[in-house]
This record gives sequence, C-alpha cells and structure tokens, in this order.
Amino acid sequence: MGSRQFSESGEPMAAPGSVESRLEMSRRSFLQFCATLATTLGLPKGAEAAVEKAMAAAERPSVIWLHFQECTGCTESMLRAEHPTIEKLILDVISLDYHETLFAAAGHQVEAARKAAMEKHKGKYLLVVEGAIPTKDGGIYCKVGNQTAIDLTRECAADAAAVIAIGSCASWGGMPSTIPSIAGADSSPTGSSGVAEVLGKPVVNIPGCPPNPYNFLATVVHFLTFGTLPELDAQGRPRFAYSRLVHENCERRAHFDAGRFALRFGDEGHRKGYCLYKLGCKGPETYANCPTALFGDAGAGTWPVGCGHPCIGCTEQGVGFTKPIHTLARVKNIEPPAVYPTIGEKQGQGVSLGSAAVLAAVVGAAAGAGAMVARNLGKAHEAEETPSNDPAKE
Amino acid sequence: MSAHVHARPAPVGGRLLNLATVTCGVLILAALAVLAIRFTAGLGAVTNLNDGYPWGIWVVADVVIGSAFACGGFSVAMLVYIFNKGEYHPLVRPALLASLFGYTLAGVGVIFDLGRYWNFWHILWPGYASPNSVMFEVAACISLYILVMWLEFSPALFEKFGMKNARRRVGKAMFFLIGLGTVLPMMHQSSLGSLLVVFGTQIHPLWQTMALPAIFLISAITIGYAVVLFESCLAAAGYRRKIEMHLLTPLARVMLGMLSIFLVLRFGDLIVRGALGYAFEATLQSLMFWLETACFAAPLVLLRSAAQRRNPARLFVAGALLMLGGSLLRVNAFLVGYDTGAGWSYFPSVPEMLVTIGMFAIEVLGYIVITRRFPVLPREDHAAPAAAH
Repeated sequence: MGSRQFSESGEPMAAPGSVESRLEMSRRSFLQFCATLATTLGLPKGAEAAVEKAMAAAERPSVIWLHFQECTGCTESMLRAEHPTIEKLILDVISLDYHETLFAAAGHQVEAARKAAMEKHKGKYLLVVEGAIPTKDGGIYCKVGNQTAIDLTRECAADAAAVIAIGSCASWGGMPSTIPSIAGADSSPTGSSGVAEVLGKPVVNIPGCPPNPYNFLATVVHFLTFGTLPELDAQGRPRFAYSRLVHENCERRAHFDAGRFALRFGDEGHRKGYCLYKLGCKGPETYANCPTALFGDAGAGTWPVGCGHPCIGCTEQGVGFTKPIHTLARVKNIEPPAVYPTIGEKQGQGVSLGSAAVLAAVVGAAAGAGAMVARNLGKAHEAEETPSNDPAKE
Repeated sequence: MSAHVHARPAPVGGRLLNLATVTCGVLILAALAVLAIRFTAGLGAVTNLNDGYPWGIWVVADVVIGSAFACGGFSVAMLVYIFNKGEYHPLVRPALLASLFGYTLAGVGVIFDLGRYWNFWHILWPGYASPNSVMFEVAACISLYILVMWLEFSPALFEKFGMKNARRRVGKAMFFLIGLGTVLPMMHQSSLGSLLVVFGTQIHPLWQTMALPAIFLISAITIGYAVVLFESCLAAAGYRRKIEMHLLTPLARVMLGMLSIFLVLRFGDLIVRGALGYAFEATLQSLMFWLETACFAAPLVLLRSAAQRRNPARLFVAGALLMLGGSLLRVNAFLVGYDTGAGWSYFPSVPEMLVTIGMFAIEVLGYIVITRRFPVLPREDHAAPAAAH
C-alpha cells in the first residue's frame, strides 16, 4: 500500500478493478457524472446513489446501433459529449456491439458481430435506431448487408429489451419524410418513416436534429438504474426532456413578454438579443429542453436561440422541416395580441354642431307635437264641458 | 275583479299605412343603416363612446329609460291584481303591450352596446356567471321578465289566432305570472340604481346615494302610471276614440301619491346626506338637477285639483313631464353626474341618436300595428259610450 498511484491531474487513481479504474476517472468525477445524469432525468435527491450503484455493479448492457436514412448527425452529437466522453461510454458504460460509424471492422465480420451479440444478449440488449426507414417499394431504398432497413429493424427489435429511436428521422421520418418540391409528389419519394411506425409499437423517441446527447444518455442510464424506461409523452418522448415548451424556459422570454422583437437578422433588436418570435422562432410550439440543457458543454448561450437563430422546431413533428423557418409559430401557451392599445386613448369629443342640432330638433319636434296634442285634447275637453249639463258624466 | 264588467278588448282596425307609420318606418330604416355599420365596423365607427364613457345613450336611453317607460304594464297590473282595483282592468292590456315592447327592445338594445355581443350569454351561463355582481341581477331580471311578460300578453295572441286551449292553460297560470311580472321588474329597476351605487365617488353627490335603488324603483312605478296617462291620451287623440276619463282621473291621483312619496324620498335623502348644497352651485349638474326636479314637481301643480285631473290636456302634459323628469333623472345619474376622471367627455353622435330615435319609432310603429290588428284596446261602442258603467 506504500505507493499510491496518481493521475495526470494529480487526483488519486482508483484501485484496479473498480468502476473508477474501468472508466479511467476519479471517484469524484464518477460521482459527478452520476449526479449530472440523475439531475438531467429530474430524479429526486438521493437517486444519484442508485445511479452510481447501477453503473458500478451492472454488467455493461449490449447496444446495437443501426443507421438508415440519416446524416450521422446524431452520432456526431454523441461523439462530442463529455460527461462521459463517447469512448468512455462505448467502452465502459455500455458495450457497443454494433455501430457502423465507429466500428473498425467491416463487411461480413461486422454483421457476424451483430448476430453474435444479439444471440448472446437475447432479450437484454438495447436497440438504437438512427435515421428514417424507407418503406416504399418494399424498402429497397436502404439496404445494409443486402437486408432492407425494414428487415434489419424488425430482426433486431424482436429480441431487444428496449428500442430507442434517436433523432427526428428515426422518431417520425424527420427531414427525409418531408414532401420535396417535386411536382406531383404527395409524400417522400422513398416513404421515409419512423421506427415506431415500422414496428407497429411504441418506442422511445429522442427527437432533435441532432438531439441533445444527454437526453439519450439519461434515458440509457435510467434503463440501467431502474430496469425500466423513463415516463414518455404521447409522442413517445421522455417527459424529463420534452415536457416543456422551448418558449417556457427561453432566456429571451422576457423580451417576448415585453413585446421587444428582432424583426430582421442583423437589425438593432437582433443585435440586442431581442425575442426571435417574429423571425419565425418555433420555440412557442416546440417541446424540448434546449434552453436548459444547452449543447456542447460550452456554457451559457450555446443553443440555437442563444446564438441568434430562431428555433426551427426540430423535435416537433409537423413543425421541424415542415413549417418554413420564417413563418410565425402558433403560440401554444399565451397568444400575444395582434394589436396593442394605443398609448393616447381618445378621451371623447364634446358637443358637435351636428349632434346638438339633431338633439335640438328632436326635442323641438317632440315638444311641438306634445303641445299640439295637448291643445287638441284641451279643445275637445272644453267642447265637452261647455254644453255642460251632461248628465251621463260619471 | 270579476265584479267589474268591461267592454271586451277588440282590434281598432283601420289602415296601417299613414303618415305616422311611414315616418316611423323611415326612422327605423335609418337606425338599421347605422346598426349595419356598427355590426360590421364596430362601436367606434358610429358612437362617441370611449374608455372613460363606455356606455352612452344606447344604454341610458334605449335600455334604462326605455325599460322605465315600459313600467306601465307592471304598475297597472300591480294596481289591478295586487291591490285588487278591478276598475282599471281595461288599462292592463294596452299598458302591458307597451311594456312588452319597451322591455323587449331594451333587452335587444343591450346587444347593440356590447362590444363583444356574441358573448352576451356568458352573464347567465353557469361557470361564466357571477351571481354576486349587480350586473347579473340586472341581466337575470330583464331576461326573465321579458319571458314572463310575453306569457302574460299571450292571451291577446291566442285570442287572435283562436287557440282556445292554450288561452285557457295560460289563464290558469296567470296568477303566478302576474306575481313574477311584478317582482322581476321591481328588482330590475332597483338594480339599475344599485349599478350606480357601486360606482362610488364617480357619481355626483346629487345622485350618488344608497337610496338610489329605491329612488329608481319608485320613480319607475310613477313613470309607469304617467306612461299610461300619456298613451291613453295619445291613443284617444290618434284614433279619435273617447278618452277613458273615468279611469284616468283616479289613476292620476294614484300617480300623484307615488310622486309625492318619490319627492319626499328624493329630497329627504339629499337633506339627510347634506348633499342639497351641491344643487346651489353654478354647475351643469345643478342646472340639470333643477330641470329634473321641475319636471317631477310640475304634475303636482298641474293636477292639484279634481277638476284639473278631469282635463285630458293636463293629464297628457303632466304624464309627459313626469316621463321627461324620469328620463332626466336617469340621464343625469348615468351620464351628466358621471365623472370618470379629468379629460374624459361624452356627447352622443348623430348616428347614436338615430339609433335611439329608431328604437322609439319601433315602439310607436309596433303599438300602432298591434292595436289596429289585435284585441288590445277596449271595444268602442259609439252608440253608448262607457256603457257598462
């Protein structure tokens, strides 16, 4: 016990065989990681201990990651995660048994690895799907190892413990599913669909273009810790990440409420950081935790609206890739009035010549008519009274 | 009541097209034209209303004064059915008709003045309604009373169309309808006063008082009798019928009694509150106060002796002056004595007045058409005037 090992940063290294040594991080960093994930999940105080226990004890779950119609942006986003970094994640937290982008192997070798992993971890592995699945013409528009995307998805999902669709493409079809500007085309040329639609059963969707990597990691860790998937909303999105409108936690919200809007890119309001609603920001109709989770671990302001670009609504089917960026969002909580009351309200006008004249004419006519009626009644009365001696009276 | 035998009501008959009805028609068309603009371009397009004066003559004249003029029906019905003065029975139907029109039009007139009229039903709808508000009482009473009054008047319609069964059934429920038809307008008229009480110091001290509900109610009953005198004289002059002086002369006495109660209450309240001094300031409000008071006091002078009460000309003028006084009381309390803060002012625009004139024209036209075609006024037998007496 005489010689204690120290890491480069001077922190004491953990004993060999412990989770800290496996993850090549200090005990403190490991606990911080667990606490961060527990917080992202919105778990109560004390849950970080459960996370820590699960992370330390559990056998690394096998993960099979499929790529279909996509740009690999979701993987790229994952690669930039720092808590933990992707290499820690795929080597130590999970056992990434199949991932086309990250695998050194290729061809039959990699397909064999997939089948071996599926066989070995039957019913226990996680299936992650990135990218939309073409369904037109039997799905021939995307093939891997001579298998269509539909076949692959169904085959891998059959024995998976859980299926996670990462990114908007896998969630509902995303960008590839939007109607292109081809005359006569009424849908995506390849019939791009989401995983849930192809499998015909609900899956966990982590939409976003790309999604925040921590929303994915937190979902995986939830599964590791509790053996269940986190609570989902109607679109299959984890509630811990997708239950609030971007608008609700937006750092520019005060400008919206005060009616201060950027009207053009680069105008005074835009330079001053005003609300981007009138530039077409979809924050008011998009559910995501972007303003609170941020991106890239680079600190405040590192998300689209923070950088001065309107939210495009990438996590929301029917908004992202569908609504043009410049069109106004439908505000799902409070609609701003189309017209604000003027500051100087009209306080009313006094008598005008016309209105006084009309009133005088009416009063005069009524008085005249009344006098005439009264005179006639009086005359009739006199005529009745004067011959007098009318015994029939009363 | 059944001890009195009266001539049964019958249609007056005669041509519908004459100078009076055509004039009314033209005035109604003008009002409709203004209303078309109001309902397409909004209140601001035709009225002088503003945030300080969100109500103008459409509320004060068409609704508040209009419904006060429409108190003839319940005032007479109360006299006949509750105080059991059956001799006045021939006056009930014509008075009720005028009330029916006045109140129905007042109810409709509210819609013109509501900025978001399509939400009008909210005031009575469970969940929206606020039973603690004065406006709720106003709205509930006016809408229920209109319904009750149509039922009260329905015998005239059933007789016209020969629906004997319906006539009999309504007749059985009539005692209940008459009770409701007395309570509801009393609540409505007094709540119009309560409406101003909650305005607090925004109403001039000459009109702002906790007695305002009572003042509005008693003046409305008084106006009710004045309207009957006014209408009977006018109908007699217009249709060249014999005036029912044997009814109107004693009715004038009842009216003067109510008027005396009103004046005692009005001035007693001013003195007790120490507000009478405001009447001697050189202001528009004091001028209008004296004008109002003069109109209320004049009938006491005009009709002071029994001989004078037999003169239909005096009855007519006294009735008209009382109606004017009641109108001034309401205009003064709602508009002239209403001060919402420095800078705000209101005077009705010409289109606003056209609508109000049109509303009164509708009442006159409706009265003429219905009395000529439906059994409302007592049958006139030229051979033996006042036969049953």
